This record gives sequence, structure tokens and C-alpha cells, in this order.
Amino acid sequence: MIVVLDYEAGNLASVKRSLKALKAQVIVTQDPAVVVKAEKIIFPGVGAAGQAMSNLQRLGLDRALQKAWVAGTPILGICLGAQIIMHHSAENNTPCLGLLQGEVHRLGPAIPGAEGERLKIPHMGWNQVRFLTDHPVFAGIPEGAEFYFVHSYYPSPAVQGQVLGVTDYGQEFPSVVGYKNLLATQFHPEKSGRFGLILLSNFLGWDGHYAQ
Amino acid sequence: MLSKRIIPCLDVRDGRTTKGIKFKNNIDIGDPVQMARYYYEQGADEIVFYDITASSDHRNIMIEVVRQVAREIFIPFSVGGGIRTLDDIRDVLLAGAEKVSVNSAAVKNPEIIASGAKAFGSQCIVLGMDVKQVPVSEKIPSGYEMVINGGRTHMGIDALWWAQEAVRLGAGEICLNSIDADGTQTGYELKLTKLISEAVPIPVIASGGAGVPDHLYNVLTQGQADAALIASMVHYGTYSIAEIKDHLKQRGIKMRLLW
Repeated sequence: MIVVLDYEAGNLASVKRSLKALKAQVIVTQDPAVVVKAEKIIFPGVGAAGQAMSNLQRLGLDRALQKAWVAGTPILGICLGAQIIMHHSAENNTPCLGLLQGEVHRLGPAIPGAEGERLKIPHMGWNQVRFLTDHPVFAGIPEGAEFYFVHSYYPSPAVQGQVLGVTDYGQEFPSVVGYKNLLATQFHPEKSGRFGLILLSNFLGWDGHYAQ
Repeated sequence: MLSKRIIPCLDVRDGRTTKGIKFKNNIDIGDPVQMARYYYEQGADEIVFYDITASSDHRNIMIEVVRQVAREIFIPFSVGGGIRTLDDIRDVLLAGAEKVSVNSAAVKNPEIIASGAKAFGSQCIVLGMDVKQVPVSEKIPSGYEMVINGGRTHMGIDALWWAQEAVRLGAGEICLNSIDADGTQTGYELKLTKLISEAVPIPVIASGGAGVPDHLYNVLTQGQADAALIASMVHYGTYSIAEIKDHLKQRGIKMRLLW
């Protein structure tokens, strides 16, 4: 069973709907016991890191995620989910789950773009991802494909090899990170059209093994 | 590089799209769900629905439309028109829209921006602005005034001040409609768009006046808009979204070209 984590960080409707469109059997849950036994876990979320972490702790989902991570359950983090997996976030100086070592930084500063215009924060809209590896979850996604982003912060793993994709917005930042059975996208695959659905579909078929 | 967004806008009344759209394809041009699917497949970067249903008794029709659209398209879409309360925002978001646009209700009751942003996040609260050019005065120092009821009612509020105030309250994006340019197909209001876009740190969608692809080029460069709303130029089949994007790409604008 595919488990979507509900820790009261934003609207899960679109994640759920995109998985249904892929004919996946989905459970949306707050129950740590269900998370630990999941076949695969999707860890979405929008909002602030501090509130998200305190919700995870209150619901006991922080430890459930850590257990599932150690047990090798395939995990897909999305947006805030790609940040909370890091060790620490600069957003409200928040200690996070620490599945990966590294920091969550704020985008910026707001420097002028090519035509003298300022870069706006949040980074909102479609942007390219340059995939740095041939991870199975990226199969069938052509070079130049774009994905939908809405965020002001991004994950920055301490180990360079855990950056699996990068995106340019005034600076180059990690837009896909991962290690072993964990893969996380700063963008929203569920709102990224056909290529987002391909990525989700690949995740549904992924056994969690990836040699790095 | 972030792509500039091309966003078709569909007006919906009592659950039906209102403009007579001419297409070769075998689709029901009055059905917002099929229209959304069509534009999704044609490469729209986002879709805006504007509910012009007069009676609030018919609000639930729009919610059902939103629910069906959300099952068909996997790009962001927003819903505006008649959003008055936090419950209205919640209904639209839970039905599957990514964003909600608040317009006249926000002018009358700015608190809805703050409470909406607090409850659901700034990223889903779009400030819809209907703006008309007026003589510069002490009350309207920018020379652009907020209007409602399609421009018939002047609010006595300066548009530049209001945009900045809405950012302070928590709006995540601005959809800026020039009532003067709306429906003319002679080009966006560039001066207004540049004025607002330079003054706020959030994305600005330009609206009103698009007739040819160069109008989009002008508003995305001189006007410094982050996205451009289009209606008639695609609804009547004059241009496809791909044609518009190709044109803009050739003129050096970053576009999403694969979908």
C-alpha cells in the first residue's frame, strides 16, 4: 500500500488525485503504525519547517519515518518534504529529521536577473531540472523537461553525491536529492504535467534500490 | 531559468464557459472541464477560472466543476470570482484548485487575505486587481485606482498602495487586470504592469488587452510581468498556445516548450 503522510502541512488533494490517476491504491494517514508498515511512503507538504516538525513530533511521525528509512522503505519527499528530511533548516532555525546530513537554505538574495529585473521569492513557476544521475525514478523524462516549483528554501546535502538534480534560479540549487531508498524533489511532480506523472509512476514501480 | 507562464483564462457562468470558442476538435466548447483538458494538452502552464455566476445559490455548481477539472489536469489552476469568505476559499482548495483569487471581497475586507494566507499559505492566495487609470490626485497618487463591478464602481483606493498592502497581508501572487485594456486586444497596460511588478516582491500575472503574441512579449519584458493571461486570442482559435510560445521563444523569452 502507498501511504501519503498527512501531518497537517497543506492540501494533500492534488497528490492523492495524481496517484489515483496512476491507478495506485493510496492511504492518507496520520498513524505512525501504518507508516512503518507501508510499502512506499510519499512525504509531501507545504508551509513552514517549524510548524511541520512540531506536527510530525506531536503525531509521532518523525520516528515512524526514521524507522521506515532505516528499514529500506522507498520514500518520496515533495517540496517541504524534501527539506524536512535534512538535518537542519534555516527557516525558523529548525532542527529537522536528519535522514540526510545537510542544511536547508533560503533562496536569494534577490539579485537582478539578465534584464535587470529582480528575482522574485518564492520561486514560483516552471523550471528545468538537470538530472545528474540515471536514477530509475528519472527514467523516460527527456532533457529540458520542466517542473512546477513553489518555494523559498531548498535542501543542500553535505554529501555532494546526494544531489541528484539541480535547477537554476539566480543560483544553481539542488532540486532533487536522494540516497539509498530516499528520493526527494523540491518541485511538485503532482502539478508538473506529464513528466511529473512519469516521475510519480516511476516511483510507484521503484524497489528502493539505487547504487550510488 | 524560470519560464514565463502563459495562462488561458476561462469565464464560467452556471457551470458553462461563456465565450464561443471555435475549435476543429470534437470537444464541447461550453464545458469548462473539456476546455481545461484541451488547454492542458496544448501546453498551458496554468489555467485560471473566473466564475461570473450571478447568484450565490449556484456556487456549488462551480465547486463541482473544480472537482472534475482537478481529476483531468495535473498543472496548477486557480479559481476566482465570488470568493467572499474563508469558507469559500476552503471549498475551492479542497475541491482541488491550487490557488484562489480574491478580488472585490479583498478590497472591501482586506482581512480575508491575511486569514486565507494564515490558514492555507500565501502560495495559494492570489490578489485579483481590477484597475482603472484616473487623474493623479492626493488620494490616488499613482494615477491608478482600484475598481469593482467591471469598472463601474471606483473604490477610492490607490492601486500601487493596495498591491503593497496585500503583500504585507500575505498575498502570494497578483493577477493584475487593466479595465482600460480589457477586451480591446490592443495590448496590455505596460506602464501599470511595470509599476506594480517593480513594487512588489511576488509574481505578477498581467491581464487584459492581449491580441497578438507581441503583446505578450511587451508585457513580459517592458512590463516585467512574470506571467501573461490570455483569453480571446486562444478562445477564438486565432492562435494556439504552442504558436504563442514559439514566437516568444524566438524573441528570447524563456518558455516551457515540452509537455
